[in-house]
Amino acid sequence: MKQLSLKRKKSLIGISFLSPWIVGFLVFTAFPLVYSLYLSFQKVKITPNGILTEYIKFENYAYAFTVDAEFTQILLKFVRELVISTPIIIVFSLIIALLLNQPIRMKGFFRTVFFLPVIIASGPVITDLMEQDVTSIPSIENYAIFETFLANSDGIWNTILLYLMNNLIIILWYSGVQILIFLAALQKTDRQIYEAAKIDGASNWECFWKVTLPTLFPMIIVNLIYTIVTYSVFALNPVVEHIQSNMFELSTGYGYASALSWVYFLVITALLAVSVGIMAVRGNKKYR
Amino acid sequence: MLETKLSQDQRKRIDKYTTKTKRYLLGVQGNNGFLFKLCVYSLLIVIGFVYLYPIIYMDSYSFKSLEDLLNPLISWIPSTFYVENYQVAYQVLDLIPTLVETLYVTVIPSIAQTAVAAIIGYGFARYDFPLKKTLLVLVLITFIIPPQVVMIPRYVFFNELELIGSILSFLLPAMFGQGLNSAIFILIFYQFFRMIPKALEEAAHLDGAGNFRIFMTIAIPMAVPAIIISFLFSFVWYWNETALASLYFGNELTTLPIQLGKFNATFEKLYTGDTTTQNINEGISMAGTMLSILPLLIVYFFTQRWFVEGVDRSGITGE
Repeated sequence: MKQLSLKRKKSLIGISFLSPWIVGFLVFTAFPLVYSLYLSFQKVKITPNGILTEYIKFENYAYAFTVDAEFTQILLKFVRELVISTPIIIVFSLIIALLLNQPIRMKGFFRTVFFLPVIIASGPVITDLMEQDVTSIPSIENYAIFETFLANSDGIWNTILLYLMNNLIIILWYSGVQILIFLAALQKTDRQIYEAAKIDGASNWECFWKVTLPTLFPMIIVNLIYTIVTYSVFALNPVVEHIQSNMFELSTGYGYASALSWVYFLVITALLAVSVGIMAVRGNKKYR
Repeated sequence: MLETKLSQDQRKRIDKYTTKTKRYLLGVQGNNGFLFKLCVYSLLIVIGFVYLYPIIYMDSYSFKSLEDLLNPLISWIPSTFYVENYQVAYQVLDLIPTLVETLYVTVIPSIAQTAVAAIIGYGFARYDFPLKKTLLVLVLITFIIPPQVVMIPRYVFFNELELIGSILSFLLPAMFGQGLNSAIFILIFYQFFRMIPKALEEAAHLDGAGNFRIFMTIAIPMAVPAIIISFLFSFVWYWNETALASLYFGNELTTLPIQLGKFNATFEKLYTGDTTTQNINEGISMAGTMLSILPLLIVYFFTQRWFVEGVDRSGITGE
């Protein structure tokens, strides 16, 4: 009997430590989530007496996909860019992490350089840099290799390649945290596994595919989630801007903006679920 | 044909040298040879340059006068050390008051966020209670929910309470563990407190210290690294947040990045009708960008170790 009461007491104390989060979650996350879902089905009018709402069913959503031509376009553009950029960010940060994991000098210096963009990359800074055209590698389109490549490739690849060329530095700038996550995981893997593999006659190349990649696999999923989330909440994101500008437009207002934000939320969740799902299924087949 | 002319002794020596150079170039273990290192270093330096290219460009252009900007012969190094761009940018950004305001709206929420994350992380790490797993999952889910979804209701809510334009619109969510990326900080503290042994706290408990006192006098002093890491990360993230800041702060408060976003407009307002000064040019706007990131660069210069360790300590790499 006493044992139980002690246990109960401890769990009460634990919950009291959590109470700020529980209150905050209810007030600042759960309630707003429900309220914005509610608003998305309403026509919201702001009057001096407060907010007036009128139930209009799915009209806001219908409006988003039929009348508002801009929204579907920028949403598609966002999805396309995300699908192109995410694998590049992941692969690139993996390569950098592998390079930094080698026994080299000035490791600290290089780490500092690769993490620097995380510190300074706020929306206006990047906008400014984009305006100056420094986010692409200077005059790369003039190089012969790329010219022939662009001339010989067809539509889709062409646009992808051009997008990459023009935004390469910004895409790379997103990978600061991911590099460090991979690096931390690499440094925690046991050297003995590599020694054993080497004794069994594995080359460096085989070691990478058969030892390094499987051990890093959970981190790839973590980085995937991190990349998608940070990419989609970034202030420069046109979808975010569109939602915010619709909030204060008289013809659309809070209700429509809420509907847009919910569409956006669902799209991101779907993207996360699909990409993590694909990775998990492929990973399970290969590595387990 | 050459080999036949060599004596046994010479051949042996040549063999020795070839193996030595081979070993030197390719290494014994496959990853410590000279060629391999050359590859690694050159790749790192090239990628590092690509990374820093915008910053170097910014730096160089911010010191260029109008003549230098127009002169096609001058690409990287300005002909004179021209600081007038910085003087103009300083005025446009209204640097010192803006900086003070930025620090006010970033440091206070960061402190609150860190403190609350420590309390919550401690609760998760040290106590067992029903639904703990569910709550932990909910914490992680808050990371995935985009701020845009909860932004509108929060705005309406703050508007009702007349908190728009006050720091409380940032501070209140931070105080309840719902600030920017709060989930990550809770996770950092959770992992940190799980890693440190319970023995000290148990001893204090036997000596009759209360739970809260144990937390304040034993757990918190041990968590200094986690506190520094959380504070720095939330400082940087709050600093760089512009979409939410411009929405919640309205016209009352401003931050350096927001001012930078309005740079061109402010410049025009300051200098219209003034024929003596030049139009806005690349040099001036680059100087503005440089000034707005300078405080962060200074902070990063002194604290980079903590940022790098932060990712290690977050425990996402599995324990």
